Amino acid sequence: MKAILALADGQVYPGRSFGAEGEALGEVVFNTSMTGYQEILTDPSYEGQMVAMTYPEIGNVGVNPEDVESRKPFVRGFIVKEYRSVPSNWRATQPLHEYMKEHGIVGIEGIDTRSLVRHLRDQGSQEGIISTLSENPEELVARGRSSPGLIGRDLVKGVSSQEAYEWNEGNWELGKGYRKIEAATEKKKKKKSFFVVAYDYGIKFNILRNLADAGCRVRVVPAWTSAEEVMALNPDGIFLSNGPGDPDAVPYAKENVQKLLGKKPIFGICLGHQIMGLALGGKTYKLKFGHHGGNQPVKDLTTGKVEITTQNHGFAVDPDSLKGAAAITHINLNDNTVEGLAHREMPIFSVQYHPESSPGPHDANYLFRRFVELMEKERRR
Amino acid sequence: MPKRTDIQSILLIGSGPIVIGQACEFDYSGTQALKALKEEGFRVVLVNSNPATIMTDPGFADRTYIEPITVDIVEKIIQRERPDALLPTLGGQTALNISIDLAEQGILERYGVEMIGAKLEAIKKAEDRDLFKQAMEKAGLALPQSGYARSMREALKIQRELNFPLIIRPSRTLGGSGGNITYGPDDFKELVQRGLDVSPVHEVLIEESVLGWKEFELEVMRDHKDNVVIVCPIENFDPMGIHTGDSITVAPAQTLTDKEYQIMRDAALRVIREIGVDTGGSNIQFAVRPEDGRMVVIEMNPRVSRSSALASKATGFPIAKIAAKLAVGYTLDEIPNDITRETPASFEPTIDYVVVKVPRFTFEKFPKARDILTPQMKSVGEAMAIGRTFKEALQKAMRSLEIGSYGFEEKVLVDEDNREDQLKVLREKLEIPSSQRLWYLADAFRLGMSADEIYRLTKIDPWFLDHICEIVLTEQEINKDRSKAEPPTAAFFYRIKQMGFSDHRIAGLLGRTEQEIRSLRLERGVRAVFRTVDTCGAEFAAYTPYLYSTYEGEDESNRTSKKKIMILGGGPNRIGQGIEFDYCCVHAAFALKEDGYETIMVNCNPETVSTDYDTSDKLYFEPLTLEDVLNIVDREEPDGVIVQFGGQTPLKLALALERAGVKIIGTSPDSIDLAEDRERFKGLLDKLNIKQPSSGTARSYAQALQIAESLGYPVLVRPSYVLGGRAMEIVYDQEALKHYITYAVAAAPEHPVLIDKFLNDAIEVDVDALADGERVIIGGIMEHIEKAGVHSGDSACTLPPKSLSTEIQEEIRRQTVALASALKVRGLMNVQFAVKGEEVYVLEVNPRASRTVPFVSKAIGIPLAKLAARVMVGKKLADLGLTGEVRPRHISVKEAVFPFNKFPGVDTLLGPEMKSTGEVMGIDTTFGLAFAKAQLGGGMRLPRGGKVFISVGDEDKEKASLIAKRLRKVGFQIVATRGTVAYFESRDIPAEVINKVQEGSPHIADAIKEGEIAMVINTPTDAHSHAASYYLRRNALDYQVPYYTTMAGADAVAEGIELLEERELDVRSLQEYHAADCGKG
Repeated sequence: MKAILALADGQVYPGRSFGAEGEALGEVVFNTSMTGYQEILTDPSYEGQMVAMTYPEIGNVGVNPEDVESRKPFVRGFIVKEYRSVPSNWRATQPLHEYMKEHGIVGIEGIDTRSLVRHLRDQGSQEGIISTLSENPEELVARGRSSPGLIGRDLVKGVSSQEAYEWNEGNWELGKGYRKIEAATEKKKKKKSFFVVAYDYGIKFNILRNLADAGCRVRVVPAWTSAEEVMALNPDGIFLSNGPGDPDAVPYAKENVQKLLGKKPIFGICLGHQIMGLALGGKTYKLKFGHHGGNQPVKDLTTGKVEITTQNHGFAVDPDSLKGAAAITHINLNDNTVEGLAHREMPIFSVQYHPESSPGPHDANYLFRRFVELMEKERRR
Repeated sequence: MPKRTDIQSILLIGSGPIVIGQACEFDYSGTQALKALKEEGFRVVLVNSNPATIMTDPGFADRTYIEPITVDIVEKIIQRERPDALLPTLGGQTALNISIDLAEQGILERYGVEMIGAKLEAIKKAEDRDLFKQAMEKAGLALPQSGYARSMREALKIQRELNFPLIIRPSRTLGGSGGNITYGPDDFKELVQRGLDVSPVHEVLIEESVLGWKEFELEVMRDHKDNVVIVCPIENFDPMGIHTGDSITVAPAQTLTDKEYQIMRDAALRVIREIGVDTGGSNIQFAVRPEDGRMVVIEMNPRVSRSSALASKATGFPIAKIAAKLAVGYTLDEIPNDITRETPASFEPTIDYVVVKVPRFTFEKFPKARDILTPQMKSVGEAMAIGRTFKEALQKAMRSLEIGSYGFEEKVLVDEDNREDQLKVLREKLEIPSSQRLWYLADAFRLGMSADEIYRLTKIDPWFLDHICEIVLTEQEINKDRSKAEPPTAAFFYRIKQMGFSDHRIAGLLGRTEQEIRSLRLERGVRAVFRTVDTCGAEFAAYTPYLYSTYEGEDESNRTSKKKIMILGGGPNRIGQGIEFDYCCVHAAFALKEDGYETIMVNCNPETVSTDYDTSDKLYFEPLTLEDVLNIVDREEPDGVIVQFGGQTPLKLALALERAGVKIIGTSPDSIDLAEDRERFKGLLDKLNIKQPSSGTARSYAQALQIAESLGYPVLVRPSYVLGGRAMEIVYDQEALKHYITYAVAAAPEHPVLIDKFLNDAIEVDVDALADGERVIIGGIMEHIEKAGVHSGDSACTLPPKSLSTEIQEEIRRQTVALASALKVRGLMNVQFAVKGEEVYVLEVNPRASRTVPFVSKAIGIPLAKLAARVMVGKKLADLGLTGEVRPRHISVKEAVFPFNKFPGVDTLLGPEMKSTGEVMGIDTTFGLAFAKAQLGGGMRLPRGGKVFISVGDEDKEKASLIAKRLRKVGFQIVATRGTVAYFESRDIPAEVINKVQEGSPHIADAIKEGEIAMVINTPTDAHSHAASYYLRRNALDYQVPYYTTMAGADAVAEGIELLEERELDVRSLQEYHAADCGKG
């Protein structure tokens, strides 16, 4: 079946439908990861966006029940060069298109994704529409133009968990799957581990798994949970998660974090990092086409070491706006944008990229240990 | 941290001659490293015995030693040059092995040379299987279960603990040579023994078979701050059990989820850290069990490799260049990515296309070798292709091979009545991997075999099979249109071109000509566009025009308004066409770039310097077929195209290109045709009054017989329709002629057999010359050591000639000039002569770059190919400063290197069919020493005493007795068979009798096995004696005893040994030799 991708600036890309039929609207971004499309599809940070994969062969490994990063796929539309409907992988339980159909994700294949990416790179990310219903390009472009965009929209409230819950799963191991964690009831165990309250702005499960593996007991709370409620739980540390869209559109998050500053060790990732930046008095801005992929070089300025990181963000913290409130600990070596912050006095740090990877390299896993060390230090005080 | 300032000079060791498992990828890596180190201001000393390399061009290193890569020689170079550091990781296994020896013998310490890149300990950990196993255990990584054996007893003990099938791998050999699979106890012992014999450390690994598992390779870079990046994951299409060099490989990996890939990535990081490679690139191989994803580490190469060359070309990330910079102290984040300029090298390339590499085999050269693929590498070259999809890349790679395939041609024509029989045959073809299996996969689908069954037989991942199935289904769809009058629509054309179908294949399926399809396609507006290889999936702008074709919307090729010259490369390496031609292409690019032209390279061989993105202004990584070349010509509209430098590959396209309106520069295609067309060429020679061996063309056996009788035996016979010495034979009598016509090549009206008078005992001479239309300059006259009848590529030769009189040499010069003038040569020309007595005969003229151009250039210190390229764009030799022949004072000897050890059961005798894969050069002040160096460089260790076995035909006995006398004088004892002993004794030469093999044990082959024989001189004369002495020669090869199968070779080696008695070999750089020649002029 035919499908059309139309961008707000008038570019039209005809292709074929795969996955769900219908229409999808959203900001079109590209992702440069060569593996991990299932994790990408289920990353809540993609709420409001459609993703074009730069790697041309997609669907190769099908989907499986394990490689999910949240309760469902959030990517609105999926744009690929060539879709493979016959998967080959020992864990595959289903071809990708069936999974997308089940979840109502519109896909388009046969797209000259390289041209599309060059266009987005030069013109910046665009609103767009994928449709299997209309064959009228002008009409589609007009509707693409009407897409609300990310700026100023609170996308967090739609993706955040509505209820608080305890997390009980560790990292995945070949041959074993995810490690199940028994609820720690004994006092001894409780003493040894750290209790973390994680704000869910659209959290990826692998963050929780990494926290668990680093020795944390985690309680996930909705994005709008008040600082007082969090403090009432008496955590060892507070985690601010990744999530979709514009950090300025979730003022409640900033306000709650401001109240928590200095009270407990805090670690933020991605949107959590941007919210931290805002809470410290800084500003954020929208990048031309963002960073979405698994090969971004980041330098840890505290050690001089380079790590290959997974990134997925369209906004960034403006370093000058912080006016020295926090030190810049990490930078992106491709464009020198801020990748990490640490407060000069308080036990607070955050990174723009994804140390939980999934998909992507595990180079930055150490940050979870750093968070635990911070909580340890705080506990000893 | 920036570069180290405590070292000023660095020694780099090259990989020596091209052999199976070690080809021009190390010229690519070495050349990149030299450029990088020079750029950083280091004084670089290079040793490499291979003259056909770009790296040994005098401009690349400060001191270039074309000397044998042996411990003694390299020590002498170290003694002379006193380098601060040795970089061992860029010259393949050869450089690594020598570096280990230099370190272990205390030589590096003695001269205060530091090993940079990888320390001895790290190299040993990676190379020694025991240490490697320990290291992997320490790093918590799984290996296949295995054990080491240094004796048969140990081997049997291990075997009892493991289950068949087992893999037997000898330690420390090149390209996995000697590796084998055994399915049961029957051949276990034999294979273990063979493994122990070929291992330089007499050790084999006996290993749990991971046969049929999926195979992956990761290319890893590390800097001294422990930053590590993966350049590229590669997945093998062929599963475990086939050497990765013989496997079709695909980049990036296709069938791993991110979780599995990251486990592999983590493992690779642990491996490189545990082994302790300080800086640079390493290659790590993994096997994955398809049923449950269990992953084991197979091996690690602590150096750049063939796969790293492939990964560099596949991603645009120059591994060797960066490895060199890391070795001198830089970190990855301090090195910019050349392609994006803005971003650093500390990242992992992401690619938005698919890369497929297909190996090229030459089983046809070794009729006794079986076309079966095993863990021992047998391919001699490879082609790589880039496409936006796997199907496109695969089909492009297939036509890049130049084996007459343009896609999935049918090997088995579906015959409904015979279907079951066909399926039976096919099952075997699928189960036993061969060079042809890829095509049989398509046949299997055509015959209706299910993907499941094909998978069970081949263990090729279903993901790959599904694509082949899709191609077969599409072929059937195309074929259905055959009867339609209406040609395909633009949309249909786009669809099938995006799948990589060639016009040639489409034409075949539609029953039309390629030309028709091309015209139709262009009429419909369906043309190729070009995309950039940019390391980053288009995330950043790219500044290096490294391009491949596809069929989509946008074209990124940016045609400029500069004057453009396009150079067509040589395609995949094969026997007869290899690095020498790439050398010439690269020179053309360098010269014309210097002169301000925009140079455009077209090639599909990932091992080469020509496909380095900074060799030319623009690189098109494309198949060298008419269709693909015309696509580029259409886009670029070059002012001239050079077809003379890439060997037969581009030459074959010359006429068709010219017909398509392409401007071929240099010697005209008509002249090329004049030299190649037998009849036209005969006419030309008659006109010039130049002699040629008399000949005739036979279209039947009777006619052949008649011609042979009239010419007189021996005669040289060959089919008219193949080039490069294929199926060429010397026939000594009527019986042999009948045999040839009956079994080898049937003479028929449409396939005539060419018969030449064979000049027995003639001396063969090669001449390379340069001509500009006004002047012809002789580059060099090379006298072959072996007599006429041995293919010129297989023969050793000396420059200047050693036995030709001044008169003969003058006559050769005169004829060369006459031929060049008559053929209106613009550029290079090669002539082969035979000198019999006082007569000079022309055997062949090739108005193009020849295999000997790099050798001659290095011998005389003049870059012939560069000058030729300039002549081709209109310069005159006089303007270029070349007005006369350079006659060097030193002697240069070229020797060929053979792949016989990779093909069990193949005879080592030389003949008119070329069999060598590479060459070495020896330079010295006398012929004997230069020859001795060439022998050493080629891996023949000249003995200085012991027993020489001599067995020669009657006509050689007198010469043999003279050689025996000389060898006795320098301390050898002579051993011979009865007849020869009798002859020697009649000449007062004492000799010990030994049994021929057919006379029973203990015989000569036993003595060789026992290590009692230091050298073998054996010249068989006819087919019968060939067969009888085969076993002897094969044993000499297998037990690495130097052997000479021609009297000329024996004579030369005797001279070398005599001279070595007088003085030790010393070393001298190319720069010094050339300066001495200039001083004279």
